[in-house]
Amino acid sequence: MTDVIRIRDLSQEYRMGDETILALRGVSLDIRRNEYLAIMGPSGSGKSTMMNLLGCLDTPTGGEYWLNGHEVSRLSDDDLARVRNREIGFVFQTFNLLPRATALHNVELPLVYAGVSARERRQRAGAALERVGLGERMEHRPNELSGGQRQRVAIARALVNEPSILLADEPTGNLDSVTSEEIMRVFGDLHASGQTVIMVTHEAEIAAHADRVLLLRDGQVESDRLTRGEAA
Amino acid sequence: MHLFEAFRMAFRTIRAQKLKSFFSLIGVLIGVTFLIAVVSIVQGLNRYMVDRFANTLVGANTFELRHRPNIITGNVTEETWLEWSRRPRISYSDADFVRDRIHTPATFAKYCTDRVAVHYNGKVAKDIDLVGTEATYFDIRNYEITAGRPFTPQEVETALPVLVIGSEVAEKLLRGVDPLGKSVRIGGLPYRIIGVVAKQGTIFGLSLDKFAVMPFNAPARRLICPINILDALIVRTAEPPSMEQAMSEAEAAMRSRRQLKPWQQSNFVFQTAEGALGTWKKISRILFLALPGLVAISLVVGGIVIMNIMLMAVSERTREIGIRKALGARRGDILAQFVVESAALSLAGALAGIGFGLALAWVVKQVTPLPAAVAPWSILVGVILGISVGVAAGVYPASRASRLDPILALRAE
Repeated sequence: MTDVIRIRDLSQEYRMGDETILALRGVSLDIRRNEYLAIMGPSGSGKSTMMNLLGCLDTPTGGEYWLNGHEVSRLSDDDLARVRNREIGFVFQTFNLLPRATALHNVELPLVYAGVSARERRQRAGAALERVGLGERMEHRPNELSGGQRQRVAIARALVNEPSILLADEPTGNLDSVTSEEIMRVFGDLHASGQTVIMVTHEAEIAAHADRVLLLRDGQVESDRLTRGEAA
Repeated sequence: MHLFEAFRMAFRTIRAQKLKSFFSLIGVLIGVTFLIAVVSIVQGLNRYMVDRFANTLVGANTFELRHRPNIITGNVTEETWLEWSRRPRISYSDADFVRDRIHTPATFAKYCTDRVAVHYNGKVAKDIDLVGTEATYFDIRNYEITAGRPFTPQEVETALPVLVIGSEVAEKLLRGVDPLGKSVRIGGLPYRIIGVVAKQGTIFGLSLDKFAVMPFNAPARRLICPINILDALIVRTAEPPSMEQAMSEAEAAMRSRRQLKPWQQSNFVFQTAEGALGTWKKISRILFLALPGLVAISLVVGGIVIMNIMLMAVSERTREIGIRKALGARRGDILAQFVVESAALSLAGALAGIGFGLALAWVVKQVTPLPAAVAPWSILVGVILGISVGVAAGVYPASRASRLDPILALRAE
């Protein structure tokens, strides 16, 4: 089985006062290993909800979500945390690094929660930083790094647990175009080395880096097309 | 996640926010400072009272048969004074009678004392406690003779005018000369100094070395005791149980000699080191009862401060909590992180408090004659209290942190 993600009829409702908002209305989706998928859509289309569900930060009110062969749509908070820790690497628009911690310590964080020993943590976090080209800046704090470098630290942190999927939420939203290109190259390299990448964005230019673009509108899939040569 | 990791995180955070951390732990600091200092000082006072006060003035395993107590701590009513002054004094024959009827092995010394002036070479030492007693007195008092010798039972028997003096008398009256063999005058009669007693120090600032001991039958006795009257019969035994036994034998003997009916109170007393400490014991018990209250108040305040600081920390670090949760921190991990942080904060306060408390006790020891004695248990209690206050204060903020929704937390500014 090569589907890393299987989603069937996923729906999500929010209650806001007396009103019930349907953020997702029956989305079905399969994502294969090593796919590079961009999720697009205007604001209010359900992008963020989709992102939160894919990232196991939330559970759906309806439908099923299978990640790596396990159903994760009905898990408890602590089980979801374990899934996030092992299967998902997050990259956020605002980087979300711990400001007082060094780059190395930020990257070590997922390993801390995975119960990895201190020595192995250092080694693996160091390797992840090398991989994104920040081997020289391990002891720097986020405020001593440029935006691009911060996002690289975040990518290293996302990779350090060897997750099934790399989940990026507007990863270039806070970066200038040159730096954005740089970061997109990093994603491209990771994809080329076999990483499954899912990216939420509203910029077509950024989405163009992906092989497949899913367009959401009003909580439903409007289109799902391959933009580049069939991934075999 | 191991607890060790939680400790690491906690210390990293505390180090990063030194000033805030310091202010938040000041309550615990004060509480523990109180605890250590008060316990040390009271313990020190206690030891002082037992070692210096009671054991010096009366002596261990020793009791004195007297007509009324001479070491009085606390208030005595006028009626009691009147009753005391109407009591018959202890006579020589009382002492002999009691001595014959104590079958427990014991050492005895008849004892009379009063203040006299001692003259030497035109100089006068006033207010010297002149003691008329038997040769056993030196053993009973544990006096160490630094020069010369004590007097002998034969010298007591033959009423030789010899004197063993306290170190202060030697220093003041016979400065720069070897006191041994020198003749001083008491009540116009010459006494030859045959021994000097090692320095005894002071008690509450009063010298314990302004005394002179002479054989009981020596002529100056008329200066210090009325004929046939004793201040006390001193009895010393080997250990506390035999002292109790000797004391009850002495009581039975005295009561039968004075023909007291069973319902009548004894018209004599046995003064012991224990008895002299009665009032002090009451005071120290009250201090020890009040102490937990004082400490508890500052610890509760300290706990509330820490809880508030932790609640603030949780809301300030909502985003951090969101990040940690997104990266796989479970509820228990977040809970542990904040509880440990709070406990570490409070423990740091307790440790600082222990430091301040020890310093305070040390200062008291330096500037007063009281030997502040640090009680190891109080340090242990301080550490345990510190940790418990931190844990108790941290649980609520930590559980709030652990229940945060990661999505909302990540959005927080």
